[in-house]
Order: sequence, then C-alpha cells, then structure tokens
Amino acid sequence: MSLRFGCAALAALLLMTGCYAVTLDRDLNLTPEMFAQRQVQTRRFDTTDEKKILATCSALLQDTGFTIDESDSQLGLLIASKERDASDPVQWALFLTAGIFLGVPIPPDKDQVMKAFVTTRPVGAEGRQVAVRVVFERTVFDTEQRLKKIEPLNDPNMYRGFFEKLSKALFLEAHEF
Amino acid sequence: MNSDSLKRKLLLMIPLTFLVTACATTQDHLLDMNTSQVQLRSIQSRAFDTTDKEKTMRAIIATLQDLGFMLDRADYTLGVVTASKARADSVQMQVYASLRITVTVRPRGEKQLLVRASAEYLRNPVTEARPYQNFFNSLEKAMFLEAHQVD
Repeated sequence: MSLRFGCAALAALLLMTGCYAVTLDRDLNLTPEMFAQRQVQTRRFDTTDEKKILATCSALLQDTGFTIDESDSQLGLLIASKERDASDPVQWALFLTAGIFLGVPIPPDKDQVMKAFVTTRPVGAEGRQVAVRVVFERTVFDTEQRLKKIEPLNDPNMYRGFFEKLSKALFLEAHEF
Repeated sequence: MNSDSLKRKLLLMIPLTFLVTACATTQDHLLDMNTSQVQLRSIQSRAFDTTDKEKTMRAIIATLQDLGFMLDRADYTLGVVTASKARADSVQMQVYASLRITVTVRPRGEKQLLVRASAEYLRNPVTEARPYQNFFNSLEKAMFLEAHQVD
C-alpha cells in the first residue's frame, strides 16, 4: 500500500516537475477566460477627460501605498508596485506542525511585491466614455527569500473595491463593461 | 622540447579546442547570429493599413494586457513597448518561466505601419513562427485590422 502510494507520488512528481508556468503555445493566445478577466477588471466612466481619469488613478494608487514605476499619459498607462508582508498565520501553523512532528520544513510566505497595471482608453461613440482597466499581480517569497509564486490576483472583490474608490474620487458612476 | 612531449601537448589541445568551439561565446549571444536575420525579421513583422501610431500602440498594450502580460516600459516617441509574463507556483509544482516581448511600431511607406515583435523565453530568443503568428492574431482583433505578412 505505502509502496504503491510512494510510486504514485514519485510518478506525479516527475510529471509535474516538467511543467512550466508559462509556455509559448499557451500564453500568446487569447482564451475565453482572458475575456472574462477583462470584464472583471474594466469599468467605463461617462467623461471625455482621459487625462483626468489617469491622474485620479495615479492619486488612488498613491493613496493605497503604491509607488508609480512607469507612466505615459499619451498612451494612457500606469504601472505601480509595492512591497508588503505576506505572512499567513495558517501557513506558519502548518510550518511549525510539519517541522515538529514530521521534521519536514515547509518555509511559509514572508514577503510579496504587488504590482498594478492600469490602462485607460476612450470608448463609445465619438469617445464619449473612458474605459479603465486595472490588473493586479503579486510575487511571493518565502522566509528563505526563495521565489514561491508569481500569480495574477483574480478576486473580483479587489477590483470592485478599486473601482468603488475610483468612482468616489471622480464623482462619476462606474459602469460594468 | 622533444617530439614526445610536443605530441602529448597536441593531443591535449584537441579536446580543448572541441570544448571551446562547442560553447557559444558571449559575443554569439550578444548578437545572436545563429538565425538568418532576414528570415527572423519577416517572422516577427506585420504591416497594418493605418498611420495612427497612437491607436496602434494602444492596441498593442491592450492586447498584452489581455494576454496577462505586465508592462515593463513604453515610449511613444520611439514607438517601443516592452512587457513580460512571469509565473511560478512552487505549491502546485509549476516551474518559474518568463516570457518577455518587445514590440516596436514604425512607419512603412506612406500608408502603413510596421509592427515588429521579438520575444525571449527561458533565456533564449524565440525564433519559431508560431508564437508570433498567435500574437499577431490576438493583435488583429484589438486593431480591427488585418495584419499583412511582409518580406
């Protein structure tokens, strides 16, 4: 029983280790999931003033602790990042339990770099509206400072929260795309 | 120096020469001279029937954002956009991999813009046609324009 389990685990491990998180075949093709993401990450505002929206986005990012890394108002884009603590009590509990009882150290998450990528563009008839899209992702390091993961943040609540704040700052209603 | 020791030295030299020639030098990597430049340029380029540089660059950025890329740099004057997509998940055993792409826009004649993309993946230049084809298919949808193959 345990031998069979061991073999299966080994086979699974061998299969998985060859798996790259980004591939050339997959990652340059648009998929329905990507369109669904776009829906979650985009809102339209009834204004023609794209620059004002971009400036408000940059102020909002600054308010939420981000540092602006790159911006271009002509192209309507902003890239910002911040470094924060990524400690998770559940992971620490798991780390201590596994370490004490099994002797297997599983280093918990420690630091993370969060990135925001905002784009704006005029949409609608004669550019009467401005669409804003924001994408968040994060890079997590464990207590040994090893890269643990780089992942997109897909929780719709994060995006809803961002657009609620933006909407308040602009005194404009945010429409779903 | 007698002829025996000379022979021995020569024999030693042979495997050494092999070693040296087998490794790509920094200069080879710097100027990546393995593929035909003309062929590569044709794989990486498409012409679009528009002269609107701003709209084209915005479409490129929107496409990259759709594809899950994070923008590293953009310069309207130079017509350059650089973005990367890096993912990893040690819990799900997904090995770190990063795909970086630079896209440039420049005028081609009076009525067209030439868009050229060049990508690197796993520390190597991407020289196959397929990934570029996929990228331009995605870009066509954002541009609402057909991408023309150029020689």
